[in-house]
Amino acid sequence: MIPAFLLILACQLTGEVTTRMAGLPVPGPVLGMALMLAGLRLSPRMRDTVRPVADGILRNLLLLFVPAGVGAAGHLTTMGANTLPIIAAVVLSTLLAITAGALAFKAAARLAGTQDSPAP
Amino acid sequence: MTEIWSYLAQQPLLWLSATLAAYLIGLAVFRALGQRPWANPSLVAMLLLAALLALTDTPFATYFEGAQFVHFLLGPATVCLALPLYDNLPRVRQAALPLLVALAVGSVTGILSVLALGQAFGLGPALMASLAPKSATAAVAIGVSEQLGGSPTLTAMMVMMTGLTGAIAATPLLNALRIRDWRARGFAVGVAAHGFGTARAFQVNPTAGAFAGLGMGLNALLTAILAPLLLGLF
Repeated sequence: MIPAFLLILACQLTGEVTTRMAGLPVPGPVLGMALMLAGLRLSPRMRDTVRPVADGILRNLLLLFVPAGVGAAGHLTTMGANTLPIIAAVVLSTLLAITAGALAFKAAARLAGTQDSPAP
Repeated sequence: MTEIWSYLAQQPLLWLSATLAAYLIGLAVFRALGQRPWANPSLVAMLLLAALLALTDTPFATYFEGAQFVHFLLGPATVCLALPLYDNLPRVRQAALPLLVALAVGSVTGILSVLALGQAFGLGPALMASLAPKSATAAVAIGVSEQLGGSPTLTAMMVMMTGLTGAIAATPLLNALRIRDWRARGFAVGVAAHGFGTARAFQVNPTAGAFAGLGMGLNALLTAILAPLLLGLF
């Protein structure tokens, strides 16, 4: 478990340091994800080490958003007169983005003839 | 009793335990209500904890001293998304074209539509800048908002609102659109509603989760580039 955690943290750390030093427009953990992907492709041993811990964390992803959500809920009453229009704009826009993205994927997949293969 | 309370109030132990307990209650409620998308375990936990903080007059900073250990794991969890992505690499390569098209369309729609609606509702420039990057993961959205003259606090809240909307609405919305391809469903949610949408996607289907994680990562990059450009149009 400790080697897995260290590998995960090392990817994040490298990502944070690199994005800051190079001024890249992505968050450190996202670059860390790319680094981890490269590592997983290169090393079967790394896959075996990381998998149980990564599975455990990813199974409980929803838990990780709770603290930030509590913070957001606490600020809801401080938004003032624009609260309703802001929330309406954000909710509608999110629904539109999901709709547009999913329909675009479906249309492009049909054009390119790439039907989904069964899950691994 | 007061003594015990003042001890606990100084320690991260109480609010860390409360966060885990609230989440377990959220999961139990989610299952008891037949796993309806609106009974999101995260949402239930947030509401419970927010009510508890208000009732006990606890400042958010005190709560966060305990909750930060959970919050910290968002970074490592993002790194862990590489694993489902690795497992699905052949399918990702095969779907490269639809993925790029959906990324561009989803990202542009997310930014343009919130700006158009904001303008229609008469929101000022600082609010528009705060809303433009709302579909990106929090770190990117807050950075972009600050750079454009928005409010980081408001952006953090609206990123959460975006995630919650995606997590709750994606299933009924995509069912109504008759989209059955788990790649399309997951990816669209990851692009539009970042990690929170991704967390919901993992709850529903592993393929959707893997593609949602990819969408979240790619849109973090694209939003950082597009949000400043598209805000310039308004």
